[in-house]
Amino acid sequence: MTDKDQGPEEAFVHLTPKGPDDAADTQADLNQEMARITEQYDASGAPETQPRLDYAPYRSSILRHPTKDPHHTDPETIELYAPAFGERDVHRLESDLTIQSGGEPIGERIKIRGRVLDGDGRPVRNQLVEIWQANAAGRYIHKRDQHPAPIDPNFTGVGRCITGDDGSYEFVTIKPGPYPWKNHHNAWRPAHVHFSLFGTDFTQRMITQMYFPSDPLFALDPIYQSIVDPKARERLVAEYDHDVSEHEWLLGYKWDIVLSGSNRTWTEGDSNV
Amino acid sequence: MSENSSNTKLVATPGQTIGPFYGYALPFEKGEQLVHPAHPKAVRLHGVVTDGHGAVVPDALLEIWQADENGAVPTADGSLVRDGYTFTGFGRVPVDNVGHYTFTTVDPGPTEPGKAPFITLTVFARGLLNRLFTRIYLPEDTEALANDPLLSSLPEDRRRTLVAEREADGSLRFDIRLQGEDETVFLTYPNLEK
Repeated sequence: MTDKDQGPEEAFVHLTPKGPDDAADTQADLNQEMARITEQYDASGAPETQPRLDYAPYRSSILRHPTKDPHHTDPETIELYAPAFGERDVHRLESDLTIQSGGEPIGERIKIRGRVLDGDGRPVRNQLVEIWQANAAGRYIHKRDQHPAPIDPNFTGVGRCITGDDGSYEFVTIKPGPYPWKNHHNAWRPAHVHFSLFGTDFTQRMITQMYFPSDPLFALDPIYQSIVDPKARERLVAEYDHDVSEHEWLLGYKWDIVLSGSNRTWTEGDSNV
Repeated sequence: MSENSSNTKLVATPGQTIGPFYGYALPFEKGEQLVHPAHPKAVRLHGVVTDGHGAVVPDALLEIWQADENGAVPTADGSLVRDGYTFTGFGRVPVDNVGHYTFTTVDPGPTEPGKAPFITLTVFARGLLNRLFTRIYLPEDTEALANDPLLSSLPEDRRRTLVAEREADGSLRFDIRLQGEDETVFLTYPNLEK
């Protein structure tokens, strides 16, 4: 395989039980595999809310998922707290991805707004949110992204912010494009924005992807479908919100994020942390 | 898990893989340096991430979070823009092309008297559909290790995947095996849903 053949997501040659000819699988093969897993899930009657780590239609997961169940542990002191981030770490302007270079990036200007909450509905205050995404043409700023779509010199696709007292966050950006990858033949990822989140406990740490409503690629994408419960995976889809849209300027999306519950015993003082 | 235990419980948003293209977004300058390498108590924590065939994983991102040398939980911000003096307890590093990582830190002290000191570790990688949590125990306090509730609940061959090795130069060596014979013990906590 030459560099020229390598597309996003699967830039490394790696062996899986399917072998290096993974890309020979058709979308129809993948759909069949995914449908089989859906049937088994429906029959199991045991609801799941998180992605499966062992989800073979996502070929790269085959050798990278633990085969043993995670070990149940009671969190100890350090695990009940999370690193602190603040104004020292993040400049206010880092939440606007459209003003990071001299000129305007190309594409559909959007705003994504929401709140970060814990499992008890408490806002996660003053905590770090990081995002990264492809540009409007589906291209990342990354040396291993060889997708032959244009780089936008005015768009890095990287943003950060610190949540407000009500757990709110807001980013102004460009709507990312879908892009091809090497999981199987003619494989395309639905448009998405990567989100990285911290809570008040280190055990709430998570990274996920936000999607856009009504994407025709949802049913075909093994990363999205690795969350086998339909209601659970819909939690990753933002909602178009006309109240967030701005007159003659941008379109608005709303997406709230719920972290797992805190394990800490909360006291009056903690609520301001 | 606890959706029924209280009517205020919300269901957690699902995780997803970090993917391959976080390189411009997540790594930051001196992310791997919780202390400066010239710090008198600086310790190198390093190792390799491997997959189910024992092949190195060249596109993983690791984060650690730990107490300071006295066992105090850090509360200072400034991890992303380090001033070189403040211990924030947080580090982040992408592995290199051969799956190897290095942090520069200090040995954490026990957070409670008699407890076995450990560093918490979070693993992200392309191909890994959700993050993994584990602990890196310091090898020295054998009595505390023997009494540790997590370690003592594991069979010996699993237990040793969580204890770092102290190398001759004082470095801590901790390898992460995502799958296979010597698979690292990964952890789940009461608040996490399946």
